[in-house]
Amino acid sequence: MLERTNEGNKRETAAVLIGLALLVALPFLADAIGKGFYVTLFTRILILGLAAVSLDLILGYGGMVSFGHAAFVGIGAYVVGILSWHVFDGSPLMTWPVVIEGTENGFVVWPLAALMGALFALAIGAISLRTTGISFIMITLAFAQMLFYLAIGLRTYGGEDGIALYNKSGLGSSIDLFDKTTFYYVCLAILVVFVWLCRRLTRSRFGMVVRGARINERRMRALGFSPYRHKLTAFVISGAGAGLSGALLANAAEFVGPAYMSWQRSGELIVMVVLGGMGTLFGPVVGAAAFLLLEEGLADLTEHWQIVLGPVLLFVVVFARRGIWGWIAGPAREDR
Amino acid sequence: MNTLLLVEQGLNGLQLGVMLFLMAAGLTLVFGIMDMINLAHGSLYMIGAYLTATLTPLVGSFVLAMVVALPLAALIGMAVEVVALRTLYRREHLDQVLATFGLILFFNELVRIVWGPQPIFLKPPDWLAGTVEIIPGVPYPAFRLAIIAVGLAVAGFLYLLITRTRTGMLIRAGASNREMLGALGVDVKRLYTLVFGLGAALAALAGAMAGPILAVQVGMGESILILTFVVIVIGGLGSVRGALVGALLVGMVDTLARALLPTVLRTMMPPSQADGMGASLASMTIYILMAAVLAWKPRGLFPAHA
Amino acid sequence: MNSASRATAAFVAAGLACFASPVTALDGEVKIGMITTLSGPGSGLGIDVRDAFALALKDLGGTLGGVKATVIEADDQQKPDVAKQLADRMVERDKVDVVTGIIWSNLALALMPSLERAEVFLLSPNAGPSQLAGKQCNPFFFGVAYQNDGQHEAMGQHMQSQGIKRAYLMAPNYPAGKDALTGVKRFFKGEVVGEVYTTVGQLDYAAELAQLRAAAPDGVYIFYPGGMGINFVKQYEQAGLKGKVPLFGPGFSFSEDSLPAIGDAALGVMNTAQWSGDIDNPQNKKFVQGFEAAYGRLPSVYAAQAYDVALLLDSAIRKTGGALADKAALRAALQAADFKSIRGDFKFNTNHYPIQDYYLREVVKDDKGRLTNVIRGTVFEDHADPYAAECKM
Repeated sequence: MLERTNEGNKRETAAVLIGLALLVALPFLADAIGKGFYVTLFTRILILGLAAVSLDLILGYGGMVSFGHAAFVGIGAYVVGILSWHVFDGSPLMTWPVVIEGTENGFVVWPLAALMGALFALAIGAISLRTTGISFIMITLAFAQMLFYLAIGLRTYGGEDGIALYNKSGLGSSIDLFDKTTFYYVCLAILVVFVWLCRRLTRSRFGMVVRGARINERRMRALGFSPYRHKLTAFVISGAGAGLSGALLANAAEFVGPAYMSWQRSGELIVMVVLGGMGTLFGPVVGAAAFLLLEEGLADLTEHWQIVLGPVLLFVVVFARRGIWGWIAGPAREDR
Repeated sequence: MNTLLLVEQGLNGLQLGVMLFLMAAGLTLVFGIMDMINLAHGSLYMIGAYLTATLTPLVGSFVLAMVVALPLAALIGMAVEVVALRTLYRREHLDQVLATFGLILFFNELVRIVWGPQPIFLKPPDWLAGTVEIIPGVPYPAFRLAIIAVGLAVAGFLYLLITRTRTGMLIRAGASNREMLGALGVDVKRLYTLVFGLGAALAALAGAMAGPILAVQVGMGESILILTFVVIVIGGLGSVRGALVGALLVGMVDTLARALLPTVLRTMMPPSQADGMGASLASMTIYILMAAVLAWKPRGLFPAHA
Repeated sequence: MNSASRATAAFVAAGLACFASPVTALDGEVKIGMITTLSGPGSGLGIDVRDAFALALKDLGGTLGGVKATVIEADDQQKPDVAKQLADRMVERDKVDVVTGIIWSNLALALMPSLERAEVFLLSPNAGPSQLAGKQCNPFFFGVAYQNDGQHEAMGQHMQSQGIKRAYLMAPNYPAGKDALTGVKRFFKGEVVGEVYTTVGQLDYAAELAQLRAAAPDGVYIFYPGGMGINFVKQYEQAGLKGKVPLFGPGFSFSEDSLPAIGDAALGVMNTAQWSGDIDNPQNKKFVQGFEAAYGRLPSVYAAQAYDVALLLDSAIRKTGGALADKAALRAALQAADFKSIRGDFKFNTNHYPIQDYYLREVVKDDKGRLTNVIRGTVFEDHADPYAAECKM
């Protein structure tokens, strides 16, 4: 666990404020230099950043290396996709026991995406958290693979092809998500609120138990806490965050498909968290930005960009263990 | 389904099983002894296949090409160990997963630059190209029988190596108590490199033998890598015996699910639904198996560190 | 070359260009977004598409319809959301006029909503999903290759005419696979003794081949593009089924990109496609020779389709006089399809999909010992897809 020294604390606060200011100003900056498409790119960064932050909550703080986190992102995306498909098709989602129609109302769909992410996380976490270490990595992967193949089996909803969305979610008449700047700020607002919530959470007593369980589970149990229940709660909250990011991703890409749940996507989320800095909550956002910008920049240079990205990953793991955020936010005291 | 067909599907399951065992043995040994997760194991499988496919026309014989390719792959494996992986042994598993994920990207792209994006053709040697009627009425590809034979022979060889030789003793000692090895004055570094080379050679052997039945192409390592991880997690990490049992179990379950599930589902629901769900469920079976095993025995069937 | 002779050469070249095209020296340029798959297992197809398009541009002197052409290339990694992001970037940053290169149906489907909003045309060099041919047909989409069902329907017809009684059908478990087998069954009227869907990307078909043998069909139809097809055909031969039960498939399972990897197991396999290297017209000869000379390999059906995309675009821009901003005019010019396709007769249906001939091809060895396809007959003339009636455009 990284606890910052006083000086580090100041530096981190400054870094957060500067970063936030830059993000708020980004659409204007992008317009000023005539690169409006950066708004779209950064929207994607914010969304995947949200997913990465939710992963950091369990990975960085709880030591739970979920190799299936993309599944929750995919579930959130499918909630948006399936309900929108029914609007397009004009058929109800179900007729029994109650009639449920498709909808594109963001105030309904987005919370529902988070809720479904949470529910799946509850079921998967309840079983997976019985294991630790590699077994945990593999069992979360197994569940994600099951959901991946399940999505491929959903022939009604396009199977492997997925669903193309002809409409974004609606948030009332005053907020038009088709406007890329508006959508960007909506994503930014959601990310800021989620990071703030997570930060509150990690600093609460609940957070202490989760972090304590990572270092010494037995001691936590001796102190009268149930590490399992606390870890499961963290897992569920993380699933909700990932589900919400999936709902946003569906809107940004105007597309939902099984590929969102593939194990490579889960791997990329882990890369973002580690690249940015584990257990820092801000780091994963930076990690998402670094990963996507690197991908973008290298892909422009050469079609063989992966031959560069691979060693960069290796290098970061070997030499820059605290991630980019550790480097930005200054020295940290390690007490693991 | 009649008995003959069931026997044939059993052979198919066995063949997939021994293939997975060749991959899993190396992976689980590396894990058991160095406490290292190596995702790049699949890359060695790919390299084995590419080397064999390239060498076969040069030396004029598939078997000879394999004989040359395996030590080469072992050398490449050992070089990777010395250059990149050695620094990772003391790290967290997460670090290892990431670093070796980076290696996968690197190797895939490297192979694509060297050999190009098009798959390479490799056919079985002529004397193994036909079919054998192992039971009257069931012609079975001779090459697949050869894979089964080689796989079982390697399993026997590993058993002897681990139980009867000094190296094997060190491997066993390392798997159950890593610190003790160093205390005994064993050159741990050399042992690690050796074990890694052995694992690389086994992976390359699997890749070389896969070449004539599968396409030799970039990324071929990843699909089998995931299956291999399923195998060693079911079997119990670090246990070669567990890897064998896990490999055969996964091979059988996967094959039978693919053969039986669509037919079974067709009796239960309309065909168009059954076909889609059948294929999806068949892909899911081994993951369901793994989740069930882990929920029941979180450390796998034969945990190495008791 | 000294400066005087260079100037002369330029003058001559300009003069020749005057003769070649009625509209010359147009201002401005046309920007083409080439979004295709350049990395990963599917990259072979994308590379063929990119190379053939580049070859066409070279043959046209770097212009399309007399307008200077710029190609902006990007790798979609076969991921729909990456393709979407690339398309958005090309529309916003590079202001492309046309997007092409898309190989996969799901990527085409994912791109259409935003391309339609931006009023940018997608000229598909391969993907031809049934959705975009019917209910969701789109004024900004042109399927230059085929509707996905076409090759399958042709083979269903051929199997029917061959008197196959008991057919066994196999495809990957994705919508294009389902469409494929539906396409076969639309024209094949015999008994279907097995209809099997396998996992996308599956490599080993031992279990399925055992079931197949047990079902004792007298014909097998497979739709396995790329690596799946390579594996299946090899294993089909090794299981001793080749020569006992005839194998049929669409052209893209036996295209020149995968034939070298399948090897002799593919020899003699009948397949159907709308193009073949031996179609006898001058533009096709030029294409096949040019492709081999430039890249040292035989062109695949994907390469042929991409070459046609460039020819189509060239004719359309010429027809509009280079006025790319007038979308309706450009659409009408594209719809007119006033170009000499390397596959011969070609015109667009009302749903922007081709009406074209489908040929029966056989895999043979050419005089250099390389595997390739030759035409053995014509299955359909002026074939249209069955979805056009659902398209209200």
